[in-house]
Amino acid sequence: MPPCPGLRINGLGLTYAAQTVFRDLNLHLPGGSFTALLGPSGVGKTSLLRVLAGLDPPEAGSVAADDGRPLHHRVAYMGQQDLLLPWLCVLGNVTLGARLRGDAPDIARASALLAQVGLADRAADLPQTLSGGMRQRAALARTLYEDRPVVLMDEPFSALDTLTRAQMQALAACLLRGRTVLLVTHDPAEACRLAHVLLVLAGSPATLAPPIPVPGLPPRAVDDPAVLATEGRLLRTLLAGVPVAGGNAA
Amino acid sequence: MSVLRPLITCAGLIGLWWLVQAGLQLPPYILPSPASVAVAVWENRALLAGATLTTLTETLLGLLIGTVLGAAAALVMAFSAALRRWLLPVLLLSQAVPVFALAPLLVLWLGFGIASKVAVAVLVIFFPVMSATFDGLRQVPADWLDLAHTMNATRWRILLRIRLPAALPSAASGLRVAAALAPIGAVIGEWVGASSGLGYVMLNANARVRTDLMFAALLVLSVMTVGVWWAVDTTLRRWVVWAPK
Repeated sequence: MPPCPGLRINGLGLTYAAQTVFRDLNLHLPGGSFTALLGPSGVGKTSLLRVLAGLDPPEAGSVAADDGRPLHHRVAYMGQQDLLLPWLCVLGNVTLGARLRGDAPDIARASALLAQVGLADRAADLPQTLSGGMRQRAALARTLYEDRPVVLMDEPFSALDTLTRAQMQALAACLLRGRTVLLVTHDPAEACRLAHVLLVLAGSPATLAPPIPVPGLPPRAVDDPAVLATEGRLLRTLLAGVPVAGGNAA
Repeated sequence: MSVLRPLITCAGLIGLWWLVQAGLQLPPYILPSPASVAVAVWENRALLAGATLTTLTETLLGLLIGTVLGAAAALVMAFSAALRRWLLPVLLLSQAVPVFALAPLLVLWLGFGIASKVAVAVLVIFFPVMSATFDGLRQVPADWLDLAHTMNATRWRILLRIRLPAALPSAASGLRVAAALAPIGAVIGEWVGASSGLGYVMLNANARVRTDLMFAALLVLSVMTVGVWWAVDTTLRRWVVWAPK
């Protein structure tokens, strides 16, 4: 895969229900890095993700890839719900993008992806016969099938039980390596395990604190001292509702 | 139990009918006994079989054409807001005209044959099918559509691959209602002017005060309607497996 571009967000402004969500928001997501975005509910994390995904137009400012090429067709999106279509089998769901674009589905690649997420033997099954964890794995395979350099994820593992979530985190970190990923999450442990960089969005209108780098390479062990130290600091900051001051974690 | 339940219901209804008839000493031309109706069914089996075939053909053709037209109208309205604004008032207006008032006109235009009855059945079921399908198309979860947008899908493919299948459970509800209504449409058409069919048998029996034959035709019509509904329901359950149970 060619090097993944970074995302440059300049002077972004958005209003929702007569409330300014953010004003003049500036951010650079480095290419090929995994960034986690945290913040209190309703602060505008999902709104930001939707603007980046091209689902909502920004009222002010711009979003661009830092390699100068258009961002359109280069972003994949994975939401909180798996959004598997109940009338398509797992394989049909994985290749949904191709069907929607009128391309011939690449069955071999889709099958390989299903094998990677451990669903090779469930390719012909309907989603409603799968467990919650399996469904999210199928959704991850569908996201990977799109083969986009930029991947946006909105709390994709929040509905899973602790064990399944930990497995999904490791799988996602492994399979998304090298892509530019922005993960919205409420879980500090998840953010510290998976991300190279942590961002905290807080206040109204929301502002971003300076990014917090997490030492070591993801996926980190849940009991990694650096993870625990960063997690503690992040949690304290989120509880206080005060943006984290810059500086290195741990 | 699922097999026994309708049998118990039927037996109960026949028992009640018999009790009312025998208890109130009603003359047979007002309310014939269940036994005399059974005899009428047997004695007129050839007549009733032919009439049922006619009414069933009208019903099925009406169902087919009404479903295709209703679903097509729903699709057009879902695809274009401008067309919806033009089409919806006309369709609502068409429902305000009682089908009983239109039936004689349809017979006048389309003749005494099967076409006018099919047209009445189509008129009766068009609206439930269109309305249910349109509701289904409108209520597609926004998240599915967002996902499709991030996959750079065209509007047409979103309609075909996401909105249409997502609307099927709702459209299926409309079709079930239509399956129960279509025979009524066919019979109304036959009442206005026909040379065969269960409605025609009823009308003739009524004129000759053959109440037992009228009830016999009504009984056969009920069985046919339940049969059509059951066939439609079973087919839809098999096809639309993702519909909420």
